[in-house]
Amino acid sequence: MSNPGGDWEDGTPERLYVITGGRSGDLEPSHLDLVTLIIAKSGPKPGMQPEHAAIMRMCQTPLSLAEISAYLGLPVSVVTVLLGDLLAAGRVLSRPPVAPAKLPDLALIEAVIDGLRKL
Amino acid sequence: MDFESSERAIAPRREDALPATAAAAVKVVIVGGFGVGKTTLVGSVSEIRPLTTEETMTQAGVGVDDTAGVERKTSTTVAMDFGRISINEELVLYLFGTPGQERFWFLWRGLFEGALGAVVLVDTRRLEVSFDVIGRLEERGVPFVVAVNSFPDAPEHPLEELRSALDLPASVPLVFCDARRRDSSRDVLMTLMRYLHSLAAAPEAS
Repeated sequence: MSNPGGDWEDGTPERLYVITGGRSGDLEPSHLDLVTLIIAKSGPKPGMQPEHAAIMRMCQTPLSLAEISAYLGLPVSVVTVLLGDLLAAGRVLSRPPVAPAKLPDLALIEAVIDGLRKL
Repeated sequence: MDFESSERAIAPRREDALPATAAAAVKVVIVGGFGVGKTTLVGSVSEIRPLTTEETMTQAGVGVDDTAGVERKTSTTVAMDFGRISINEELVLYLFGTPGQERFWFLWRGLFEGALGAVVLVDTRRLEVSFDVIGRLEERGVPFVVAVNSFPDAPEHPLEELRSALDLPASVPLVFCDARRRDSSRDVLMTLMRYLHSLAAAPEAS
């Protein structure tokens, strides 16, 4: 398991349950997408759980849920629970992804095409 | 409780920071079998070094409070690599390279549901893997294009031969690419976007 977190090779389900306080991401209302952007409203506060503090530090600029998961070396389901805490406490803001309805919006596709042209 | 290890979490590099104006993101999924070049494609167009997110497959959450259950560690880690392209000051595109096996897709809820579309990356030496992926995407109604990654030692087939081998409808774009090259990978994404544009412009025809 290659993860930047170092010691997380014991990323066993039991270990992950400790981080989330025994909660499973499956039980949470999932309004967070892999590409929901998260922005911290402030720096980390003293006494915060280290995972929460780490999220507050890295989300000084917008960062997707997937990126937070990658940098923390924690599964998306676990990060979803952690972000749920921070959202409920009003510590972070979320910017939901553009939700393509049945078919994506023409203007959105055109914006992406313009962006890709510049690559 | 001991949380010391999490203090070593690696943060994004300063140059990888998105502007504060980044208002929303969209995603595209790159699907393909093991070793077909998904991460290569993602890496060649991504503005950040590809990152990896992992999810643990377990036998539900039973037995966590039950010491008898501690013996049963039936967990598997499944990784998904992804990259990012800033489209403009407000919009960010994420590319997720995901395994071809459908059973893994459920690990990341909403992976396909919220996606603009998908690229099926094909290795002509292992066409049968792609056959299954294409069927699954059709079932889910995910719009996709097919890109054939050119491996030096792969047999060369005309596109139309591949189209019939993959049982691909004439309307679905099929292109060759070299996933190692930025311009080639960019063109694959462009092909997907033009296809989505044509679908969105003429929804009755689909």
